[in-house]
Amino acid sequence: MEKFTLLESSMVPIHVENIDTDQIIPARFLKATDRNGFGENLFRDWRFASDDTPKSDFVLNDTSFSGSILVAGNNFGCGSSREHAAWALADYGFKVVVSSFFADIFKGNALNNGILPIQVSPKELSQLFSLISDNSAITAKVDLEAQLFSVPAANLRIPFELNAYKKMCLINGYDDIDYLLSQQEAIEHFEQNRS
Amino acid sequence: MKKTLFDKVWDSHIVSSIENGPDILYIDKHLIHEVTSPQAFNVLEEKGIKLFRPDQIVATADHNVPTEDQHLPIQDALSRKQVSQLTENCEKYGVNLYGLGHPYQGIVHVIGPELGVTQPGMTIVCGDSHTSTHGAFGTIAFGIGTSQVAQVFASQCLLVNKPKSMRVTVSGDLHPDVQPKDVILYVISKLGTDAGTGHFVEFAGSVFENMSMEGRMTVCNMSIEMGARGGMIAPDQTTFDYVSGREFAPKGDELERKIAHWKTLPTDEGASFDTEFAFDAADIRPMITYGTNPGMGIKISDNIPSSEDASFQKALNYMGLQAGSKLLDMEISHVFIGSCTNSRIEDFRAAAQYIKGKQKSASVSALIVPGSQQVAKQIVAEGLDKVFEAAGFKLRQPGCSACLAMNDDKIPAGAYCVSTSNRNFEGRQGQGARTLLASPVTAAAAAIAGKIVDVSAN
Ligand code: SF4
Repeated sequence: MEKFTLLESSMVPIHVENIDTDQIIPARFLKATDRNGFGENLFRDWRFASDDTPKSDFVLNDTSFSGSILVAGNNFGCGSSREHAAWALADYGFKVVVSSFFADIFKGNALNNGILPIQVSPKELSQLFSLISDNSAITAKVDLEAQLFSVPAANLRIPFELNAYKKMCLINGYDDIDYLLSQQEAIEHFEQNRS
Repeated sequence: MKKTLFDKVWDSHIVSSIENGPDILYIDKHLIHEVTSPQAFNVLEEKGIKLFRPDQIVATADHNVPTEDQHLPIQDALSRKQVSQLTENCEKYGVNLYGLGHPYQGIVHVIGPELGVTQPGMTIVCGDSHTSTHGAFGTIAFGIGTSQVAQVFASQCLLVNKPKSMRVTVSGDLHPDVQPKDVILYVISKLGTDAGTGHFVEFAGSVFENMSMEGRMTVCNMSIEMGARGGMIAPDQTTFDYVSGREFAPKGDELERKIAHWKTLPTDEGASFDTEFAFDAADIRPMITYGTNPGMGIKISDNIPSSEDASFQKALNYMGLQAGSKLLDMEISHVFIGSCTNSRIEDFRAAAQYIKGKQKSASVSALIVPGSQQVAKQIVAEGLDKVFEAAGFKLRQPGCSACLAMNDDKIPAGAYCVSTSNRNFEGRQGQGARTLLASPVTAAAAAIAGKIVDVSAN
């Protein structure tokens, strides 16, 4: 996994609540047996009409918005456990998703793929949406070490929470699997001592 | 200290805890399927590691399989590759696979309980969010991402933070026409789709105590739709009777010992939950959804509510529905009875009982998809297939089918489908398809009438 420390970027807003994993990556694109190329079909049915022409009213097709920070409505990533949703976001180039709420499984999947989910208050979220709509080029800074999300131009500073273990993993680019492999003895011990 | 059912099962599976971090949770059973496992097997290859406990894995092909002509090679090249890759991976790593053509094949959350793989007090995971189904047995069962599938492959463990606990109590007597699906749709409509986030939910109260195992599975299946990691119901005699005698269930003295242990699992009197909700069973009537998340549900006889919220408007636009209008008597063109929510024998018995002697509306295409080969066999053994065929329903072979429309079973754009599945997201049953979630009896009734009817009205 890639290491994550500091990031400064403009933001892409999707002002929709309850964005589920079927919207992030529709099921018909889950037939691949590797992890690559999912970015192409990120938000497929919002991005493209059924004849594959881009829908001009969707933000990813609007050149005034770009960047590696996605700002989305409440309860982002609900629905299926498909990690393909996180792969699609990462493959497309997103490194941070900001919302006022994340579905549990999505949050875990995101962190396991080097994407940082930042939870802000509903008020801060609507503030962010209006800042972006006023100025689509406004940039935000993410300082993982300090656990701080900020929009310097607007004097907005939002500290965010992150599990200490996950923070360590992101900063060092560690995977859970490496840690678990190092615990094999304890795991075998647990197995032997069960009734 | 007084403990909840959830605490008891969780605490007994902790290998160790990282300070200020997650627990290492031991996983008893790992269920896998063709869609979310290939990339996890790749991780083993890339890292050059072994599969730690192949005997604790059960594999099946369900998400991406056709529901017709399963004896023939799969037509779609990508689907065929995904299914054959599962077969190759299982052979290579020594994993027990119930693939296409096997008498035990079926939707992963239907076959686990049916084979006795699912037992009270266990921890069970699967790369699928509806793993919550198995919680009906007093099991901690939850869906995981593919990275976590790889972690369980490598270590039979997961790094997870202990969720908070919630109890949803529903007591009193249910209206005779209310089904378990209506109960859970009602609860989600009241609490919303994010009420359970960060929680494991215990469903308690007389309604669940009196429910069959199939009904309990329907309820726990949809606990994920209220945002929870999973749902649980305390194991009792109904649970023990269901598990006993199944293929992989403990037998003889071992079973007696296990049952004695399972009896210690229910939540201690006076144990506390982080969050509690209670509902009166008498308020529940047959339910249906009108929007694009499972929380957007109403009593069938009610009007669609209104809201200024933009996401709400977007949902109604997608559905082609108006706030304030009625769903009752609205024409529909498709019916799907299946999915891990409602594809067990009890669901088909209930549907058949309603359908018997009636004829499907000529304007409706109605699909019946059993959850497993064993359920399919039982349908024939009980003569339900005759009932369905006589009424004009199409009976297919087991799989996820139109629940997520990865195979050919897609609902056309713009069409209304009354579905017994669990998600009414945009495009879930096919691009542009409009899903109305309901119980098997409500779905059957819609197929007969060609429109939405309230089965409790007469
Ligand atoms: S039936 Fe639907 S919800 Fe259940 S496992 Fe299959 S795709 Fe998922």
